[in-house]
Amino acid sequence: MKVVVCVKQIPDPNSTGQLDPQTHFLKREGVEVVMDPGDEFGVEAALQLVEKHGGEVTVVSMGPERGLDAVRKALAMGAAKGILISDEGLRGSDALTTARVLAAAIKREGFDLVITATESTDGYTGVVPQAIAELLDVPAVTFAKSLELDGSTLKVKRQTEAGYDLVEASLPAVLSVTAGVNEPRYPSLKGIMGAKSKPLDRLAPADLDLAGAGAATAGQTITEVAAAPERAAGEVVRDEGDGAKRIADFLVQRKVI
Amino acid sequence: MALGKVWVFADIDAGKPAPVALELLSKARTLSDTVEAVAFSKDAEAAAAELGAHGAGTLYAATDPAYGEVLLGAPAADALASLVEEHKPDLLLFGMTYDGRDVAGRLAAKLGVPVIANGLDVSDGNGVSVSTSIFGATLNVSTKFDGGAPAIAIIRPKSFAAESSGGAAAKVVPITTPVDEKHRRAKVVDRVADVASGPKLEEAPVVISGGRGLGDPKNFELLEQLAQAIGNAAVGASRAVVDAGWVPYSMQVGQTGKTVKPAVYIAVGISGAMQHTVGMKGAKAIIAINKDENAPIFKLADLGVVGDVLKILPQLVDEVKARKG
Repeated sequence: MKVVVCVKQIPDPNSTGQLDPQTHFLKREGVEVVMDPGDEFGVEAALQLVEKHGGEVTVVSMGPERGLDAVRKALAMGAAKGILISDEGLRGSDALTTARVLAAAIKREGFDLVITATESTDGYTGVVPQAIAELLDVPAVTFAKSLELDGSTLKVKRQTEAGYDLVEASLPAVLSVTAGVNEPRYPSLKGIMGAKSKPLDRLAPADLDLAGAGAATAGQTITEVAAAPERAAGEVVRDEGDGAKRIADFLVQRKVI
Repeated sequence: MALGKVWVFADIDAGKPAPVALELLSKARTLSDTVEAVAFSKDAEAAAAELGAHGAGTLYAATDPAYGEVLLGAPAADALASLVEEHKPDLLLFGMTYDGRDVAGRLAAKLGVPVIANGLDVSDGNGVSVSTSIFGATLNVSTKFDGGAPAIAIIRPKSFAAESSGGAAAKVVPITTPVDEKHRRAKVVDRVADVASGPKLEEAPVVISGGRGLGDPKNFELLEQLAQAIGNAAVGASRAVVDAGWVPYSMQVGQTGKTVKPAVYIAVGISGAMQHTVGMKGAKAIIAINKDENAPIFKLADLGVVGDVLKILPQLVDEVKARKG
């Protein structure tokens, strides 16, 4: 079975990101970057599937040169092959462009199953998995909180507003997994060393037969960036045994008890 | 008004439109004189009155039960693509729900038009713009559509108030596009509703959320006890503890997760990472309990208590019970 996992290198979600005031692109200089924490669940899900059912995991990422770190981390965790699509023209790509590029790379590689997170932790559009599925003309089994593969049938508990749906889908398919679906492994030292000799494809949009898929053709433009209004600070007290009482008083004052 | 026609995708559950659909219809009325709803549910017609009362003149409804037997995204995107072709709306609004994202994402790819997600506001002036909030709601970004029509926007729930227009029931126009056989590749074989022990997270007047500072998953019981003592309260969680597998994703409050705007939000052992605060900073009042006095959550709190959450929580349960008599 051929499993392709999409990963993204993002600014550390625990740091405050910034946009370039001129271009409105994400400032990537001087910012710590990490593999999107959501993607670790996707990589783990893929590895568990091939460990149980056989096959190989390929990891694919679109982004600047530094996206290589995320690909390498996935290789260190156990993926067999990496693909990075990098091009200055892809800066500022919107969700649809991102999906087009990733779908084209996945198609070129071949797949039985594509695994993604539910959304990236920097852009948060949360529609790239569905758009990739549409472009590949396969089902998008989204928001999986648990999964198993039975023969060629994927059985998934899909998060819903009310609870969950039990979904059965035949492969090929796109699967998006929620945080907490599994416990992502840490790359071992052996894995990290081994990652360096694993095959890595460096692609440009031209390799994918995509004409200028970046900002030039993106159908949206950032027109304004402004600091969000801050909440007025309140009172902070140290608990001297009366913390609970003060909170209860506050709840009474707010008429919720 | 500049926009000729605005459509709202309405999630329907047992004949009831999702609150976000009513919020979006209310907003849509300020953007266009022609506001219409689209729904895929065998009970869609039962929602026509409420959708109409919030501004939908017409309800395009797919009531074929086949739509409920498969994952909705693909067949709904198919049907919507032909409807869009026929009726040419300028803007499609989706709520940021699971199905809303599935349908909007596939539809954008199918039509080759841009989609802007995670929106907090939508406006029209020389083109449609959507406001989003990024980096933990420290920056507000306005993004304008300049691709082909229609513009597709996905808006976070609770971004607008649902206000009645006093309109008559929406005129129901059936969607007749059949579900293509290929969409049976992803079947919904069962729908399971979580047993809710209290109010929904998004609707509760008091929300108590726990984070890493609780130290152990079993300490979420203390939050449940507090919720029960308060009464009309729901328990949520930060991403850190959802990622760690302590509690399910459905409890997550934040950018990835639910947006809540309760009368009082109590953050327990939550540092206040930006990812979390965007989902709760709209609360009318915020209480934070954390042992680290430098935790960013205290910058948002109306009342912050620096201390040991495991000591304070049991005391708080007693204090609340005492005050309620």
